[in-house]
Amino acid sequence: MSTSLRSLSSSFAIQRRVVWALLLREMLTRYGRHNIGFLWLFVEPMLFTLGVTALWTLTKSVHGVGLPIIAFALTGYSSVLLWRNMPARSIGAIKPNLSLMYHRQVKVLDVLFARLLLEAAGATISFVVLSVIFLSVGWLTPPEDVLQVIGGWLVLAWFGMSSALLLTAWSEQSELVEKLWHPASYLLFPLSGAAFLVDILPVEAQKIVLYLPMVHCTEFIRDGFFGSKFHAHYNMPYAIIVCAVFTLLALAQLRKVSREVIPE
Amino acid sequence: MIGLTNVDKFYQTRRGPRQILNSVNLSIAPGERLGILGRNGAGKSTLIRIISGAEQPSSGVVTRQMSASWPLAYTGAFQSALTGIDNIRFICRIYGVEAEERISFIQQFSDLGDYLYEPINTYSAGMRARLAFAVSMSIEFDCFLIDEVVSVGDSRFHEKCRVELFEKRADRALVIVSHDANYIMEHCTRAAVLVQGQLHNFDNTPEAFEFYTQSLGAR
Repeated sequence: MSTSLRSLSSSFAIQRRVVWALLLREMLTRYGRHNIGFLWLFVEPMLFTLGVTALWTLTKSVHGVGLPIIAFALTGYSSVLLWRNMPARSIGAIKPNLSLMYHRQVKVLDVLFARLLLEAAGATISFVVLSVIFLSVGWLTPPEDVLQVIGGWLVLAWFGMSSALLLTAWSEQSELVEKLWHPASYLLFPLSGAAFLVDILPVEAQKIVLYLPMVHCTEFIRDGFFGSKFHAHYNMPYAIIVCAVFTLLALAQLRKVSREVIPE
Repeated sequence: MIGLTNVDKFYQTRRGPRQILNSVNLSIAPGERLGILGRNGAGKSTLIRIISGAEQPSSGVVTRQMSASWPLAYTGAFQSALTGIDNIRFICRIYGVEAEERISFIQQFSDLGDYLYEPINTYSAGMRARLAFAVSMSIEFDCFLIDEVVSVGDSRFHEKCRVELFEKRADRALVIVSHDANYIMEHCTRAAVLVQGQLHNFDNTPEAFEFYTQSLGAR
């Protein structure tokens, strides 16, 4: 018992070391040491969110009266960035890292974890920094329940991560996955609850949209932010169950993939 | 001790699964110098990657009770878009050793000079091999796995390798994979021959050499 615990903790130490090394390597290859370097990690999503917030504010594309439009746009677009960018970055991540798998401790899962953590960190920093900026200039009132915002954000990050792992594992079996994910992620964006509140939809449409786990998370995050201003629709246990199933399927499939991977 | 028991390896190809290794048995004791001979495409590199743990066998068991290097080969182990220095730092991080104190040794041993600050994709095959070799010498392993690289290179590099590997690290285990029987005869205490996915173990190198020569002639 104690030896297996010890070997587990030493494995954990190795994995942490490897993921950290991969993370630093990823930042170097992706952002280099030019101009602002790794700051692009969150400056890029910040620019996206800023642009969308400005657009939605100008066009007043919020449905319903008395809604804080900046909080609506910020939570909506930040959420999209969180779940949508992770699969985009992790599909096809195995091939460019094959040469590093010459080192026995570098596993497929580590390579993917490093990329996903980086992606999640970028979206999170962008969300936090923009929130702080908007709060300090008075465009945003503080979240009504910060813990709920954090909880919703974490579940959404889990959803992004588990779907990224699953899609990546499938994409190793078939190139179709990569080709289909691009249009799918594009089409999912308007359905994901970023640009609307579930409450304004007809009841029939609500039922359909609520099959998507990210809708629950976005509603939950917004409920934490400005819940007193609208009626939120969510079922977090549903979102969590979907994440758990995705994670299980992904890990099973990745186990198969990593047995067959050939370092080059 | 590193041991392979009944190891099979299949690769998926367009024409169905292809068997590369067929119930391979092998053991490497501490301090032992094993040469593995085989023709091009015999599966030598696959075998050494399985020994190192970079690849998993399709079936069979691999046990590793001493630390083994990654397979030192012409390809692999480096991220080609990064500089030599950044690659050294990466490798040191994943093996949990300090990079900065090793850089001057690596720079001197690899003879790369300022090229160490250039991306690896500007290196020649020989330069990459020199870097890989230098990095592995700077991290201590119980067993070094070498896929061809030492048998090629200029005489100056040969001499350095001989001193570092066969003199200073004479107590370490070594697996050298090569199609060059003479190099293996010269440096190994024991040899095995890989023919059609099957590994034939021999107690001494002359017997292995004879078998290898016959297997080449048989086809």
